Amino acid sequence: MSFLRLLSRNRLALAGLVVMALVVVLALITPLLPLADPDVTNTADRFKRPLGDAGLLGTDHLGRDLLSRLLWGTRLSLAVGVAAALIAATIGAAIGIVAGFYGGRTDNIIMRGVDMLMAFPYILLALAIVAALGPGLLNALIAVAAVNIPFFARNIRGVTVSIAHKEFVDAARLSGMGDVRIIVTEVLPNVIPVIVIAMSTTIGWMILETAGLSFLGLGSQPPQADLGSMLGEARSALITNPHTSVVPGAMILVIVMAINLLGDGVRDALDPRLKSGALSRPMPATLVRRDSVPPQPRTEDEAILALRDLKTEFHVKNRVYKAVGGVDLHVRPGECLGIIGESGSGKSVTALSVMGLVASPPGVITGGAVYFEGQDLIGAPYETLRRLRGNRVAYIFQDPLATLHPLYTVGEQLIEAVRAHHPTSRDEARTHAIDLLKSVRIPNAETRIDSYPHELSGGMRQRVGIAMALANDPEVIIADEPTTALDVTVQAQILSLLDDLRRERGLAIVFITHDFGVVAQLCDRVAVMYAGRIVEEGPTAAILGAPAHPYTARLMACVPELGGGRRELAAIPGLPPVVDNLPQGCAFADRCHKATDACREGEVTLVPKGPDRAVRCIDPEIATEAAQ
Amino acid sequence: MTAALKLSGLSKTFPVGKRLLGPPRAFVRAVQPVSLTVETGETLGIVGESGCGKSTLARMLVGLLEPTTGQIEIEGEPLDNADPATFGRKIQYVFQDPISSLNPRKTIRQIMEAPLRNLHGMDAKARAARIAEIFAAVNLREEFLDRYPHEFSGGQAQRIGIARALAADARILILDEPVSALDVSVQAQVLNLLAGLKAKFDLTYLFISHDLAVVEAVSDRVAVLYFGSVVEVGPAEQIFSNPRHPYTKLLADSAPVVGRALKAPEGRETELPDPLNPPTGCAFLARCPFASDQCTSTPPELVEGETGHSVACHHPI
Repeated sequence: MSFLRLLSRNRLALAGLVVMALVVVLALITPLLPLADPDVTNTADRFKRPLGDAGLLGTDHLGRDLLSRLLWGTRLSLAVGVAAALIAATIGAAIGIVAGFYGGRTDNIIMRGVDMLMAFPYILLALAIVAALGPGLLNALIAVAAVNIPFFARNIRGVTVSIAHKEFVDAARLSGMGDVRIIVTEVLPNVIPVIVIAMSTTIGWMILETAGLSFLGLGSQPPQADLGSMLGEARSALITNPHTSVVPGAMILVIVMAINLLGDGVRDALDPRLKSGALSRPMPATLVRRDSVPPQPRTEDEAILALRDLKTEFHVKNRVYKAVGGVDLHVRPGECLGIIGESGSGKSVTALSVMGLVASPPGVITGGAVYFEGQDLIGAPYETLRRLRGNRVAYIFQDPLATLHPLYTVGEQLIEAVRAHHPTSRDEARTHAIDLLKSVRIPNAETRIDSYPHELSGGMRQRVGIAMALANDPEVIIADEPTTALDVTVQAQILSLLDDLRRERGLAIVFITHDFGVVAQLCDRVAVMYAGRIVEEGPTAAILGAPAHPYTARLMACVPELGGGRRELAAIPGLPPVVDNLPQGCAFADRCHKATDACREGEVTLVPKGPDRAVRCIDPEIATEAAQ
Repeated sequence: MTAALKLSGLSKTFPVGKRLLGPPRAFVRAVQPVSLTVETGETLGIVGESGCGKSTLARMLVGLLEPTTGQIEIEGEPLDNADPATFGRKIQYVFQDPISSLNPRKTIRQIMEAPLRNLHGMDAKARAARIAEIFAAVNLREEFLDRYPHEFSGGQAQRIGIARALAADARILILDEPVSALDVSVQAQVLNLLAGLKAKFDLTYLFISHDLAVVEAVSDRVAVLYFGSVVEVGPAEQIFSNPRHPYTKLLADSAPVVGRALKAPEGRETELPDPLNPPTGCAFLARCPFASDQCTSTPPELVEGETGHSVACHHPI
């Protein structure tokens, strides 16, 4: 089971599990063990030392057998703690789910009630509840459960809100399900892991609270033993006969420690974010593990950025995903190079590898070189990369809402971007930031600079993203689908802005997209990627006019073009290959209508085809020659 | 022939800045009163940019949102109780994000059975037969039924979403950006599948998208939405090649097309009108090259023109 395996990765959690299992087993078999009656007093034998003639752990102030009382007390404390946790979790989760699912006024009223409950110091609240109900173990249980309900309610409500707005809940409504059914069959299964996590981290706490109430004499009543009352009764003899306090105290320590360690392990194993490795902090630069360094090509001396046989892989467990499998690219100053491909083709990973921005682990650059102005960046010291990042090579990402920090104004973020590389005064940097905003044509730049990202529209935010990329007057901008999230009218504005900028400033742009229309309008040259490799490369007009690789040709045919009227669309059958299991030979062979046995044997290389063009196909479309 | 779907004066207003007690601080009108008719067997495309109200409109049509005003008539019968279960038998919805529209903790079989059991009360045998029939229609293998959603690619998951919508046996499908989360090569597969299903099961589609080329390729008629109102309705082959509303023209000119030079078709500073403070006249006024005094004062009405090409503009092109 994957859960147990994940749990066992955490040694401490495993130790907690073993100890806890031992304690639980002992508690369960207590009635079967040959123990003295825990409640029979024998004042003649009081305060006997452990390991003496009166039992393993000796006796307490009334001469009762401590071992027997300890085991029976542990049994009771565990039962009460677990019961309290279950009750608190059930009621709290029910409240949280109802509040989160219905939202609006229901949510508001319920959660304000919960807030009021939370406003009391909870031990006082527990004392008040017991005072009102009268002392007794059952009432202590109720009190402990009640004070923990708000914790569960708040936790579960937050999760429920996000689930209640998921599309599958709408789909369930349209399938004719009522609210109760949706809560039980759609929401609850998705909330249960969170409930388990919350329980595993609080159950130890609840055992402690119950023991606390018993210690004060409000929980279990004599002669019944639980760990708290044992401690309470032993308190007066703490100095003279410490063993009577140490025995229950040690047991509480062991139980709570074991449960907390186990609880942390359970939380880590169940939390999907932690499971996927989010807890392991990525390194500041991608890991490099390469055998040889390809030399800088001479023919592309005028190129400002040149990638040579770049290979980036993701090592996840025992699988190797070859996201980028040997890519050669170059871009000259003032030139716009388009990289086009479907999701999973490796175009973004290629772009991120340039500045060592692929998260490591799991990313590893296993080969190749990236020459920026003749200097190899792969394996360069972090300090070199840091000086170049955002300074001479800048990135623009797809979603500006995700790349801008929500808690700082756009001005602060722009100023920070400038000052990270150039030690200027804040005022100077601010003036510069306003100029930048003006250069990306943001109206009222002087006032907009103090806006927060959420106050701007999508198009305006992307302009800020571009302004940030321009902040240090870079030579190269790598734009990863910068207009995909934008509306067409805004996209047109952003594209024409980028086009002007590169002409005015001589910027080299690497533009990653999946849209042929965008490539056609902006890029001088284009590289088509499939399954981590370039399958075709050349001047945009030549490739779009006469694609040489069957993949390019068929991909272009899939895209409906405006003005064509109603029609049947061409489709490519099948799916792109998964890059941890690439086929022999051409990766496109399985979807290609021209594929022969020769395509599936050996390596297909990228061969030059006419001026400035290259194609990775043994049987390219014939139109190429004619078009040249 | 009765219209499959008829909307009259349908509008939706959302409260903003809700308080614990008392009325909210303000109201935002997401959809202005919209009147539209969709004929049986037709595909009506709805295009518009983000925030234009197209998803709000779609959610009202399937009963997920209660309209503030107006009426929905499906096959001649009025439906205004905003009960998704009643709507579900007649009109179904295909979601934009195929993966998040499937519950990650249910098998595909459980997902497929829900509408059959709840809407049609079928027994186990009838359900199995119906699922087999639908899966064959959407080219999915039956062995997929016992798997969980995360095991599928976007294209496959979207087929499952379509299969679920078909299972309810509704005659009208609302397709809310059904292919925008998919790669182009897969997008064409799904669009062709939708066209085939429509012919096979005699369906009526409402196809919502921001991608003009896709909408044009699949629709009979297209309605253009701007700021919550329909600004133009016309036959698909005319609306982008021969737009009459300046906004439609702007959209058509903005779409990147191979072989057309890059230009910003409008000033780069323009922004959408503020929904909290809507303009009194035409919502497109600030971006329109033909704006006049009349546009400032009175909002234009949708006026029927020749060959069913209607436009809401005082100065149509």
